[in-house]
Amino acid sequence: MPRIMELKSVNSFYGNIQALYDVNLYIDQGEIITLIGANGAGKSTTLMTVCGVVQARDGDVLYRDEPITRMSPNKIVAQGICQVPEGRLIFPELTVQENLDMGAFLRKDKDGIKRDMEYCYDLFPILAQRRTQQGGTLSGGEQQMLAIGRALMSRPKLLLLDEPSMGLAPLVVKQIFEIIKKVNAENNTTIFLVEQNANLALKIGDRGYVMENGRIVLTGTCDKLLADEQVKKAYLGL
Amino acid sequence: MEYFLELLLGGLTRGSIYALIALGYTMVYGIIELINFAHGEIYMIGAFTGLIVAGLLTMLGFPGASILAIALVCAIVWAAAYGYTIEKIAYKPLRGAPRLSPLISAIGMSIFLQNYVMLSQTSDFLPFPELIPEFEFLKANNSIMSSSELVIVIVTILSCVGLSLFIKFTKLGKAMRATAQNRTMAMLVGINVDMVISATFIIGSSLAAVGGVLIASHVGQINYYIGFIAGIKAFTAAVLGGIGSIPGAMLGALVLGLTEAFATGYVSSDYEDVFAFCLLVLILIFRPAGIMGKEKTQKV
Repeated sequence: MPRIMELKSVNSFYGNIQALYDVNLYIDQGEIITLIGANGAGKSTTLMTVCGVVQARDGDVLYRDEPITRMSPNKIVAQGICQVPEGRLIFPELTVQENLDMGAFLRKDKDGIKRDMEYCYDLFPILAQRRTQQGGTLSGGEQQMLAIGRALMSRPKLLLLDEPSMGLAPLVVKQIFEIIKKVNAENNTTIFLVEQNANLALKIGDRGYVMENGRIVLTGTCDKLLADEQVKKAYLGL
Repeated sequence: MEYFLELLLGGLTRGSIYALIALGYTMVYGIIELINFAHGEIYMIGAFTGLIVAGLLTMLGFPGASILAIALVCAIVWAAAYGYTIEKIAYKPLRGAPRLSPLISAIGMSIFLQNYVMLSQTSDFLPFPELIPEFEFLKANNSIMSSSELVIVIVTILSCVGLSLFIKFTKLGKAMRATAQNRTMAMLVGINVDMVISATFIIGSSLAAVGGVLIASHVGQINYYIGFIAGIKAFTAAVLGGIGSIPGAMLGALVLGLTEAFATGYVSSDYEDVFAFCLLVLILIFRPAGIMGKEKTQKV
């Protein structure tokens, strides 16, 4: 499998506060990679660094072996990297349809956009019913679906998901994780999943990374991590 | 009755000019949550550009209507260039800074531009030529509306409708709305946020320049200070309507213009500002976010 993304000793800062220390990780084409860790471990910062919203002060972010470390976020999206951020960040005063349209902002193929729109509505039939409703009026679960749909509208090669289970009912979480697996299987979209819900994340992932205080402290296949005593104690509550 | 109509039309004209300026305030606030205090100066620079170009073209013997058109275009381009540059110099470097810093930078820009124009032009009032021709049909009907008032109101309506359609339907318009609602997410869907912010300044400055040229031609004189007063009034209008809201700015400007006109006409012109600001206070007591402003109710 060709390598799609690699972080090489990345250090990121918020102002003067260092959030990532020497982060190394890689993702191969078609994988589901999970990154788990406690609150404030630096998981979201890792994703924001990949997207260029936070720029790494040093180290390299490589996409298909090309550095994207200093690229602006809009250029990174154009490369095929798209993020579903923490808290979904739906455009509250745009309709569901307009939110999806915004996902396809950089695309010009009208027919393709239309097809992908139908695909989204097939994945999430509830969104089709809410088509003309403002994004801000949707329930939490619906907003998460809309956020994923919006990201899919850019036809990402690499989809970054930041805590898609946050604040949702277990049934909705299950539904969303099934969709994530489906998107990975059907479109060969590589998935980089950040989760606090380690149990769930490790069950659908291929490989995983564990982050503590801005550092990667453990890595391996998800099966191995699920069996790891340290992970069990710290993240699985066993 | 005729007096009432006269006041109504006067208020409409006033409101129109406020609207053209207030749109710039409200759009910039909507996108970067900054009160661009230098915006009034953009309006003033638009008027000065109009004056210089009109003077030049008159000397060269251009016909009346073409002078107005060319002066307007030049004023728009020049003011837009100023708006664009101000953002790049005074606001963009401060984008991550606390909110007070760009505000101070804006006030500084405003003072700088006033003094720059005062030194490079003059501190005296300059006569501004009447660029808008007298319409025969208005004269024939003995109308209470002058042709420049008519032009101002029509141009404003067209600008407002055009801007609304632009924001609603074009790709850049949608990008502006998305950026205003959530800047981080706008970046994450691939919007070039810097470009959107620049476009906002350019559009706002263009509208202010149109207002500057038209009102200068209507009033007949300008100086370096006109931007300050008009700017404060337009800012009031934007707050009145709900800062950040485009239809709000239009409505707020209209309400403010009419209030001032009626206060002047029926009470005394000394009380014009008193009524304007009393109205502001009253509306903010009952609707703190302004007439069309939304109180933030967003599900997390």
